[in-house]
Amino acid sequence: MATRHQKTLARLMVSPSVLLLLGWMIVPLAMTLWFSFQSYNLLSPGMEQFIGWTNYQYFLSDPAFWTAMRNTLLLVGGVLVITVGGGIALALLLDQPMFGQGVVRILVIAPFFIMPTVSALVWKNMFMNPVNGLFAWFAKAVGAQPIDFLAQYPLMSIILIVSWQWLPFATLILLTALQSLDSEQMEAAEMDGAGTLAKFTHLVLPHLSRAITVVILIETIFLLSVFAEILVTTNGGPGYQSTNLTYLVYSQALLQFDVGGASAGGIIAVILANIVAIFLMRMIGKTLE
Amino acid sequence: MGSITLEQVCKSFGEVEVIPGVDLQIEDGEFVVFVGPSGCGKSTLLRLIAGLEDVTSGRIVIDGQDVTVAPPSRRKLAMVFQSYALYPHMSVRKNIAFPLKMAGLSADEQERRVQHAAGILNLTDYLDRRPGQLSGGQRQRVAIGRAIVREPSAFLFDEPLSNLDAALRVNMRVEISELHKKLATTMIYVTHDQVEAMTMADKIVVLRAGRIEQVGSPLELYRRPANRFVAGFIGSPNMNFLEGEAAARLGAHAIGVRPEHFRLSMSEGAFAGRVGVAEHLGSDTFLHVDLDDGTHVVARAEGEFPASHGDRIHLTPQDGRLYRFDQNGSAL
Repeated sequence: MATRHQKTLARLMVSPSVLLLLGWMIVPLAMTLWFSFQSYNLLSPGMEQFIGWTNYQYFLSDPAFWTAMRNTLLLVGGVLVITVGGGIALALLLDQPMFGQGVVRILVIAPFFIMPTVSALVWKNMFMNPVNGLFAWFAKAVGAQPIDFLAQYPLMSIILIVSWQWLPFATLILLTALQSLDSEQMEAAEMDGAGTLAKFTHLVLPHLSRAITVVILIETIFLLSVFAEILVTTNGGPGYQSTNLTYLVYSQALLQFDVGGASAGGIIAVILANIVAIFLMRMIGKTLE
Repeated sequence: MGSITLEQVCKSFGEVEVIPGVDLQIEDGEFVVFVGPSGCGKSTLLRLIAGLEDVTSGRIVIDGQDVTVAPPSRRKLAMVFQSYALYPHMSVRKNIAFPLKMAGLSADEQERRVQHAAGILNLTDYLDRRPGQLSGGQRQRVAIGRAIVREPSAFLFDEPLSNLDAALRVNMRVEISELHKKLATTMIYVTHDQVEAMTMADKIVVLRAGRIEQVGSPLELYRRPANRFVAGFIGSPNMNFLEGEAAARLGAHAIGVRPEHFRLSMSEGAFAGRVGVAEHLGSDTFLHVDLDDGTHVVARAEGEFPASHGDRIHLTPQDGRLYRFDQNGSAL
């Protein structure tokens, strides 16, 4: 944008889309804020009234809130560790020349195209089911007691399901980053006497750092709001063992019909997501520059 | 020490035979230049010596040790790549120290050697910068620094100057030559530029299609080219070739005369023609002449020669500076 004239024109041209996006965001946010200060229960319509911070007090003092917080962080953290770690490993494997490379790559990317509800149901009924599931069959084949994953380790099971969905995304981004690594650099390192491990830690990992950053950022945004997988598998249970913040807000609004309390929870979730975002940007801003 | 011997080294990529069989002896401390047109296999030959490619058959011996199947790191060679291949996320200091770190040297020893190399290459002020913050010539020096800290038995250069601009290329050419005098280590240098080959080499290896056409000192190749290909490749501007009647008179299929070996006259000479383009450089004058039989030749006159477009001119080859070639291009 060289001249002032061009700058003004540019602002004018982008303004419709900016205004539309702003409205799209501001209206629901304003309504949620409004509801969060109301006593608003669907079971007693027509009784809405302003009640100040009471909704927030109730939501924050609910023991389920802290469990949900913990579960949210465990879910995000666990999936990030598995997808980034597994993604690097898979990307390294897929980068090797091999027979049927194209087909294998498509197969690896396939889980990303399956909608969350479907993949969660497939995992629930075909793999983790203690009677008919594949894992149960394996356990019985070696004479062990089948594990009822969703009852015994609900959060871990959900982490596993979500990781399976997000692994292709991480693999894809890391693979493309890996392919842009200069082969002469690798050869130079080889001449310099670097072994496979040294080449990985000193060349490949630093080269991938930017791509890893992108994966963490994008995944975090989506993982903070995981919902469908929980709804179709554990319904947040047993107890609150697999309830995350999103699911807690849902149950407040649509199981207990407390729209006011759920709105307060929603606002708290927005604030928490922003705190996470600030930390991430701080941490990551350096590598992105 | 760094003597390198190649015995019947062959390399094929699948069906394609890139190097059909090369024998070469490189003495310790020599500056050897592999030169040839692009695609002649000179880089492949260098990579075979470095160990970055496996030989299909034959033997590579370095300092009396058979290293044909040894990995690159065991061959005690250092290589400077065309793209420099610096590690972009490391400072200059860390780049240069990387091979030492891999060799497990102590931090003090690493620092001492890095300082020494930086001193030789005038890099002391840039040690804390990243490669991205350096100019082309400085990056080139870092790549050389990374090679010399290991104190290898031989250096391999893969067209190291081709990414630099013309002025810098001349400077770096001199610097590399001086470095060779200072270190007295064997160097193998790959280039397609015959000027680099002529100015730097102790020994030039001219390659074509994976075969060695001729090996010799720069002036040997200039004075006694073994065949028409070498004659045309060495020397700038290229040698002029005349075929037909003029050659038959001397009992050859073709004769060759270098531009600088013509005597020019406006009145009489062996060949006559019309000047096409006259390039007046002050120190030299290059005349592009269309001879009467249709052959296009280039002649060089020292100093300022008063000829311009359209002038008739007569050329006579100097005595003893005329090369004769047979049907197959071999020198007679």
